[in-house]
Amino acid sequence: MIATLFEPFGYSFFNNGLAVATLAGALCGLLGVFVVLRGMSYIGHGLSHAVFGGAAASAVVGINYFIGAGIWAVVSGVLIGRIARRRIIGADAAIGVVTTASFAIGLALLNRYGQAKKSIEAVLFGSVLGVQPADIWAVSIVAVLVGLLVIAFYRRLLFATFDPDVAQVTGVKVAWVEALVMMMLSLTILVTMRVIGTLLISALLVIPAATSRMLTNSFARMLWISPVLGAVSGFVGMNASYHLDTSASATVILVAAIGFVVVYAATGLRGRVRVAHVHHI
Amino acid sequence: MNALAVPQALVECHELTCAYDGSVAVDDVSMAVRRGDFVGIVGPSGSGKTTLLKAVLGSIPPASGHVHRLQGLTMAYVPQVESVDWNFPVTVLETVIMTRSRNGWWPRTTKDERDHAERVLHRLGLVDVAERHIRELSGGQQQRVFIARALFHRPELLVLDEPTSGVDVRTRHEVLHLLADLHDEGLSIVLTTHDLNGLAAHLPRVVCINKRIIADGAPRDVLTPVVLEKTYGAEMEVLIHGGMPVVLESGADHVARRLSNLTTF
Ligand SMILES: Nc1ncnc2c1ncn2[C@@H]1O[C@H](COP(=O)(O)OP(=O)(O)OP(=O)(O)O)[C@@H](O)[C@H]1O
Ligand SMILES: [Mg+2]
Repeated sequence: MIATLFEPFGYSFFNNGLAVATLAGALCGLLGVFVVLRGMSYIGHGLSHAVFGGAAASAVVGINYFIGAGIWAVVSGVLIGRIARRRIIGADAAIGVVTTASFAIGLALLNRYGQAKKSIEAVLFGSVLGVQPADIWAVSIVAVLVGLLVIAFYRRLLFATFDPDVAQVTGVKVAWVEALVMMMLSLTILVTMRVIGTLLISALLVIPAATSRMLTNSFARMLWISPVLGAVSGFVGMNASYHLDTSASATVILVAAIGFVVVYAATGLRGRVRVAHVHHI
Repeated sequence: MNALAVPQALVECHELTCAYDGSVAVDDVSMAVRRGDFVGIVGPSGSGKTTLLKAVLGSIPPASGHVHRLQGLTMAYVPQVESVDWNFPVTVLETVIMTRSRNGWWPRTTKDERDHAERVLHRLGLVDVAERHIRELSGGQQQRVFIARALFHRPELLVLDEPTSGVDVRTRHEVLHLLADLHDEGLSIVLTTHDLNGLAAHLPRVVCINKRIIADGAPRDVLTPVVLEKTYGAEMEVLIHGGMPVVLESGADHVARRLSNLTTF
C-alpha cells in the first residue's frame, strides 16, 4: 500500500511534473487573489487563449517557447489590461474576440504545420510527460520573481486593487501597478500552461483564491492561504492522477474544486457571504 | 495677483468641461480652491458633483478646459460610501495604513505607522473596531474609516464626497465638528453634500452646481430661492434662522395634505 503510494516517485518524469504542478498551483493561487478580487477572471481566461496562439506561432516559426510565447504573453497581457482599465464600452467583448481569434490562429497553425493531434492536445489540456527541466527552471524563477514583487509592492498592490481611484489621487501610479499585475499574470500563464493546459488554467487562477476568500477576511492572509491551497492541489492532484490514470491537469483542478466544496460546506453562511461577491469563472 | 491679499490657490479649474462618452457631466466650470478654504458643493443627483471632484483630483481627464494643481500638493480623497467595495477583504487598520506606500520594501507595519494610525483611529473613535472587517461596521463608522484613511495620509487638501449621506443626526454633527476642527488646524476642505441645512449652511462657502456653476459664495448669498430654483428646478423657500439660511421645500405641505386626506377616507 505504502509502496504503491510512493511508486510514482521512482520516475523522473513524474517528479518533474510534480514539481512543476506544485509550483504552478502556488503561483496561480497567488495571482488568483488579484484575479478574483478585481473581477478579472475573464482576463485570465482570455490571456491563456492568447498565449496559446503565441505558443503555436513560435513552435511553427521554430523559436524557443519561452521567448516567443513569452513576448507574446507580456505584450498581450499589458494591452488587455490597458483596454480593460479604460472601461471602454464593449472592452470585454473586444478582449474576448481578439483572444479567441488568437487561439483559433494557434489551432489553425498547429493543424497546418504541427506534427500531430497529440501536440495540440498537450497544449490544450497540459501534459506531464512533456515537462522538461527547463520548465522547472522557468516556473521556479517566475515563482521567486512574482513572490518578491508581491512583497515589495504589497501596499501599492493592495491599494490599487481595492480602490484604484483613491490610490491614484494618493500618489500610487495605478497604471504601472496594473501593468505589473498583468505582467505577472502573463508570466504565470506562460510557465504553467504546458503542464496545466490552456483550457484549465483559468480555473486554477480562480478556485484556490475563491476558497481562501471564504477562509479569511484579510487580504494579507489570502496572499499566503491561496498559494498554499494551490500548491496542495497541484501536489495531491498529480499523485491522484497517477494512481487513477486520469489527466493530470483535470485531476489538479478537481482536487482544488473538492477543497472549495469542503470549505463552502464547512464555513456555512459566513463563507458563502464572503464568496458571494467573488467573480466567477 | 496680490499674494498677500488672496490666499494661494491649491487647485484652479478654468472653463472645465467633463464628459462621459460624449454626454457632458460638468460644463464650463471655473473656480478656485484656496488655502484655508472650506467649500461645500451642492446640486441635485446627477448634477456632476462627483465628476467635478474627480476632475479636481485628476482622476478623470477634462474634455476641455484645464485644472491646475499647486506643484507638490498632497490631496486625500474620501469617496462616496456607495462606491466602496465593502466586500473587499480588509480590516479597518489595513484600510487606514494602505495609503503609506513609500516605505522600505518589506511591507510590515512600522511602529511609527502603528502609532500614527492609532492616533487617527482614536480621534475618529475607531480604536475598538480597528481589527474588524470594514463591512462589519455601522454606517457612521464606515464613513469615518475613510476619513481616517485620508487623514493618515496627512493631506493639505481634503476632498470628501457626501461625507454625511445616510448617517444619523449625531454622527453628522460629529463629522461636521471633526471637519471644523481640521479646518481650524489649517486643512483646506472641499466636500459635496445633499444636506443643505444640516451641512452646507454651516460652511463659509457654498457652490451650487447643475453641470454649470449657478452660484458661488457665502451661504446667505447663495442659498436663495432664485439660485435654488435654478439649481434644483424646484421651488424652495428660504427662512433666516439665527442668522443662517434654512431651506424649506415648497409643496411639502401640499403633499402632507394629500396624504392626510387619504387617511380620512
Ligand atoms: N462612470 C460613468 N460613466 C458614464 N456616465 C457617468 C459616470 N459617472 C457619472 N456619470 C453621469 O454623469 C452625470 C453626473 O454624475 P455625477 O456622479 O458626477 O453626479 P453627482 O452630482 O455626484 O450625483 P449624486 O448626487 O447622485 O452622487 C450623471 O448624469 C451620471 O449619470
Ligand atoms: Mg456623487
